[in-house]
Amino acid sequence: MLRCRALFALPLLWPLQVFAQAEAPKTANSGDTAWMLTSSALVLFMTIPGLSLFYAGLVRSKNVLSVMMQCFAICSLVSILWLIYGYSLAFDTTGMTAHEVGLHSFIGSLAKAGFRGVPRDALYQTIPETVFAMFQLTFAIITPALIVGAFAERMRFSALLLFTAGWFTLSYLPIAHMVWGGPGSWLGDLGVLDFAGGTVVHINSGVAGLVACLVIGRRRGYPTQPMPPHNLTYTVIGACMLWIGWFGFNAGSALAANTTAGMAMLVTHLATAAAALTWMGCEWALHKKPSVLGIASGAVAGLVAITPAAGTCGPLGSVVIGAAAGSICFLATSRLKRKLGYDDSLDAFGVHGVGGIVGALLTGVFAAPVLGGAGLSDGIDSIGAQLGRQFIGVVVTFVYSGVVSFVVLKLIDATLGLRVTAEEESDGLDLSLHDERGYNW
Amino acid sequence: MKMVMAIIKPFKLDDVREALAEVGVQGITVTEVKGFGRQKGHTELYRGAEYVVDFLPKIKLEIAVPDSLVERVVEAITQSAKSGKIGDGKIFVYALDQVIRIRTGETDADAL
Repeated sequence: MLRCRALFALPLLWPLQVFAQAEAPKTANSGDTAWMLTSSALVLFMTIPGLSLFYAGLVRSKNVLSVMMQCFAICSLVSILWLIYGYSLAFDTTGMTAHEVGLHSFIGSLAKAGFRGVPRDALYQTIPETVFAMFQLTFAIITPALIVGAFAERMRFSALLLFTAGWFTLSYLPIAHMVWGGPGSWLGDLGVLDFAGGTVVHINSGVAGLVACLVIGRRRGYPTQPMPPHNLTYTVIGACMLWIGWFGFNAGSALAANTTAGMAMLVTHLATAAAALTWMGCEWALHKKPSVLGIASGAVAGLVAITPAAGTCGPLGSVVIGAAAGSICFLATSRLKRKLGYDDSLDAFGVHGVGGIVGALLTGVFAAPVLGGAGLSDGIDSIGAQLGRQFIGVVVTFVYSGVVSFVVLKLIDATLGLRVTAEEESDGLDLSLHDERGYNW
Repeated sequence: MKMVMAIIKPFKLDDVREALAEVGVQGITVTEVKGFGRQKGHTELYRGAEYVVDFLPKIKLEIAVPDSLVERVVEAITQSAKSGKIGDGKIFVYALDQVIRIRTGETDADAL
């Protein structure tokens, strides 16, 4: 009797199975997913503890906790904003059509606010959308954290939180959407190549840093009083963490464990090595001695510059990009800054802004197959034309981030006040803002 | 009794201690100090920002000795602390009025 019923049921199941096979071929690729989970952790590792230590070592001992606190708070604050509306404004594709310019070419909709419409089993390409959102969140965290280097040692903590929220919303999210929003995003459609964030992350934050240090003003005593780094061992450890974490940043930006990711990791490493040696060599030639801070700064400059190119350039191109970044960022931090007199305390603009521009432009050159690259953007047939698109990307990001940063900072200055008092500044932010000291001995 | 005070280069401390032990010195006080003399300071360079550091780290030795030992102590320090380069330091000798060993109450020569 039982067997009979089973036999009777078989023909009924048959068409159902066919239907299921046709409808559900989409499952996450476990290899890609594993790599993207790893990459997300690596990129978060870049901010806390990597960048946090890198910056902490460069300030004076009385401000060591304040920069660590700023990085930590930015990480937490941006994460919650990402949930509420950040992910949606940056990556929702509602209302976008390829090569049509409209509102959503510049900013996403709120369709995915609060992660509505991102169920557990949603996919983005071959990985769970939750993993994609988490990976992109780690980029949104490090970008405002990079700006900390420009105004370190003198900004009020409440002003920092407000600036982070304002700048993240008005500058990071639109730029990220314009470049990475997919078909229909303005700069993406134009053919601007930015694999892992040369414009979105580095030029964006570097320019914000430049504007911030101009608006808030120099530290008291700069440049006559000595303000040497208080613990370069932290800085070197931080730089090493950045180098390693950057493999998640760049190779992870392939969004899959594939050949693009493999080449991205290789070129990231080579460019970094070339930039570290170049910066060190410049110092050796011009300042007589190779310095530890120099080789570490060079590595970071190389990592910055290879970021937009990591998906498209080849190994030899990466070495040229690294060498260019190492020498140009060296000149920007040691010559240009002195000459113009702005106090970009830890060189957020000198390394990330300048390195980002060098990288964004050279990306257009070394993407060419004739120079070992993976190819120019669709519909672009010459290096010159690609370079033109890269230039547009640089100028748009520079101007947009510059204006937004200026307005946000001025608004905060007029209401809350940007800067600590002279007494608080000279006591150090650790004691005056947090009632703590980094070192008790 | 004399107090011999010497400022020397930090890396010479071990040599000087050995030389003083050979002469028969019973005790030395060592302090890490900073200062400048003819050597002046040095410069440090961070991303192109040059800082002049006025005070260099040195070692200060204080040795209380009986008059009979003063000459040999001074000679031992002079020889062992000498590198021949600028910044080798200086030796100061001054009179010592009184010495007391706290544990026993012995004084002067007995306390040295």
